Amino acid sequence: MTPQTRKDLVKQGAIWAFIVAELIFFSIAGEFLSVSDKAFMDIDNMLLLLKQSAPIGIIAVGMTVVMINGNIDLSVGATFALSAIVLLDSMTWPIFAGLGDWVIPVSWLLALLTGAVLGAINGLIVWKTGVDAFIVTLGSMLGYRGLVFMYNGEQPTSNLNWTLVDLAEAQFLGLHTATWFLLGATLALWLLMTETVHGRNAYAIGNNREAAVNAGIRVGPHFLWNFVLIGTLAALSAVVFYSESGSVNPNDGMLYELWAITAVVLGGTKLSGGYGSIISTLGGVIAIQLLRKGLGHIGADTETVNLVIGLILIAVLFLDRQLNRKGKEELKT
Amino acid sequence: MTEIPPVLRLEGIVKTFPGVRALDGVSFSVMPGEVHALMGENGAGKSTLMKVLGGIHAPDAGQIFIDEQPTVMTSPQQAKAKGLVFIHQELSLADELSVAENIFLGELPLKSMGRVDWPRLYADTDAILKTLNVGFNARTRVGDLSIANQQMVEIGRALTVDPRAVIFDEPTASLTDAEKSVLFDVIADLKARGVGIIYISHRMEEIFRMTDRITVLRDGSYRGTLETARTNEDEVTQAMIGRSLDLSRNASHHELGEIALEVRGLSCGKLLQGVSFSVRRGEVLGFYGLVGAGRTEIAETLFGLRDPSAGQILLNGVAVRIASPIAAMSHGIALVPEDRKAQGLVLGMNCRDNMTLPQVGDLSAGPFVSNGAEIAIFDQYRDKLDIRTPGWRQLVGNLSGGNQQKIVIGKWLSMRPEVLIVDEPTRGIDVGSKAEIHNLIRDLAAQGFAVIVISSEMPEVLHLSDRIVAMFAGRVIREFTSEEVTEDSLIQAISGITADRVA
Repeated sequence: MTPQTRKDLVKQGAIWAFIVAELIFFSIAGEFLSVSDKAFMDIDNMLLLLKQSAPIGIIAVGMTVVMINGNIDLSVGATFALSAIVLLDSMTWPIFAGLGDWVIPVSWLLALLTGAVLGAINGLIVWKTGVDAFIVTLGSMLGYRGLVFMYNGEQPTSNLNWTLVDLAEAQFLGLHTATWFLLGATLALWLLMTETVHGRNAYAIGNNREAAVNAGIRVGPHFLWNFVLIGTLAALSAVVFYSESGSVNPNDGMLYELWAITAVVLGGTKLSGGYGSIISTLGGVIAIQLLRKGLGHIGADTETVNLVIGLILIAVLFLDRQLNRKGKEELKT
Repeated sequence: MTEIPPVLRLEGIVKTFPGVRALDGVSFSVMPGEVHALMGENGAGKSTLMKVLGGIHAPDAGQIFIDEQPTVMTSPQQAKAKGLVFIHQELSLADELSVAENIFLGELPLKSMGRVDWPRLYADTDAILKTLNVGFNARTRVGDLSIANQQMVEIGRALTVDPRAVIFDEPTASLTDAEKSVLFDVIADLKARGVGIIYISHRMEEIFRMTDRITVLRDGSYRGTLETARTNEDEVTQAMIGRSLDLSRNASHHELGEIALEVRGLSCGKLLQGVSFSVRRGEVLGFYGLVGAGRTEIAETLFGLRDPSAGQILLNGVAVRIASPIAAMSHGIALVPEDRKAQGLVLGMNCRDNMTLPQVGDLSAGPFVSNGAEIAIFDQYRDKLDIRTPGWRQLVGNLSGGNQQKIVIGKWLSMRPEVLIVDEPTRGIDVGSKAEIHNLIRDLAAQGFAVIVISSEMPEVLHLSDRIVAMFAGRVIREFTSEEVTEDSLIQAISGITADRVA
């Protein structure tokens, strides 16, 4: 084992060690502080936690790919909301009236297509104009959210399909449908990033774009595909979540981009690109959800939860920086 | 005549890092008004020594004397306060600030209540700039200056204190000849003021032109100090690498093949103006010229990174259009770029992945990369090019410059090109590895590749090339064969003084 791979193992193990620490802390603290008499590590509680991780988690694994590229996508929350509206509303469209329950896969596809198209718009603008992805998706975040409000004003868009709700609430091998989607997306993207040419190129571009261009990698189309990917995943996240809830508010999905980025960063992916891991992002997602649930379990309110997560994020990154310092050679700042 | 005390004296400096003795008892002294060269291969300990002087590393043993006073360095700021100033190879200036703000950064003169005393700042700065004899003033934005002038700003920064010794670390790396001579004037001026100067450089020509004495380090230990006037390049090289380096002319002895690449009237805006040349299989064609003469632009145009505005590129006699690096590769053109780290390598990736980067798609089975095939390619070129690395998992960023360059060369050889363009083959590579890269390039030509070498080092061009194209301001001034070329005629050609114009 080279020192390099050992270092990588430590880095990728860190988030899981953090999760274990959280579990231990909340289990013990819960004994004294909990308002409920159920143990924190109750199996149903943990399964629920995974299910609740799914909407942000599915977006976060996609965000990892985009961030390894050295880009970012701030429009995922708005994409999520718009795809949700297409999902729920399309089921009531008269042209699909004769389909019965077959409208479900059609609506799913339409929703995913919406996400793909919105992502493609981001990707095309980044590719063709060369404007930084941060700026482009900041603009499209506002723009796509505008579309959401244009659709139904301030009113929620609702349509509850009971077949769909049954499907969404189903459990297979103990895990909820949403959890399966999260695990499926994680596995697929992990394979994409570790075993495919596209993944190899993603790391190369994020690490040294000029060298990638000189090696004949077409950077623009590569970016485009990754934006299509994350748009589709934002839509998939909406599909998973709204199949069950059946009602979307125009403000839904706000701040999702920031939660997703938080999870990615907690998982150790570099904001500057070139380094990161899908599996660690999954760890980041679970760590955040554990914190929310755990703090709730010991009686903290939502405001406290956000404050603590914010502090922990900064603390973790500070720690990471300390561990990665190059000894005394580093410049003093 | 009484003995003048040295301004700076090092005595028995030892510095050990885990597993490495970086400095092993280094002693030398710099006299007032002396330009003292410090030479050695990469890894010889020059950088560590500078860090000890700058207070970044504390020495394990030994002592530093400034004006014969024992001094303990604790930080670069403190070193500067003691009159020891560093001019680094990499500029560290704030582009958006003025010259004055950069020069006095961190020490801006203040009025009451913490307000900046702008009139005094500009006056002080102009006084410093006057001694440097430069054509810009204190209010100029640093980002608007040329690299050479930015370096003058760095030097200006050194002059805010009354320096006892100034250390120049590869100061001419990015300067043109004209800019260099301005720098040398400044150094001469410092020298006249009795300042001691340590001059670190790989360039023999400058060393012999500028310095009074040369101290050589090898593997962290002191190899002696030579009087510049009483030594020669061979002796210095031998002290540095422990053997002499063959830089003789080296035209091909094998038969040259067909013309592989021909360029006719290639233009690219003002950068290239009607450039024509051809290169045969088995031949090394050298390009020599000043910075900005269009050497690199030719490489970039041939590799599809720039669109030519006019002219023709013929490969094996057939006109082709090269719109992108992918097109260039499919036509069998490969480019080892000028800046290895910025343009050639993905430093955060391992050796194997870097080597197979352009062809990882061709090696894949379906969408998945093929680890076995990649490792096979890596092994093949590691052996062929003698790349020294613990294994393919090693991050390229951890390799030495010479081995990094071999990875880039291996990357392109594994694509089986017909024309190999090597831009600055040995920039930033130590003397020993340099010879290896040179031999490699000659070997590749002997194997039948058509090789184009672009270099800003004349000895390198003379050593490697069968023919040399001299460029000036985007034009080909003259083509030399290796028999007819002389250093003088080459310098004349690249300075824009053509023989026929003189005649």
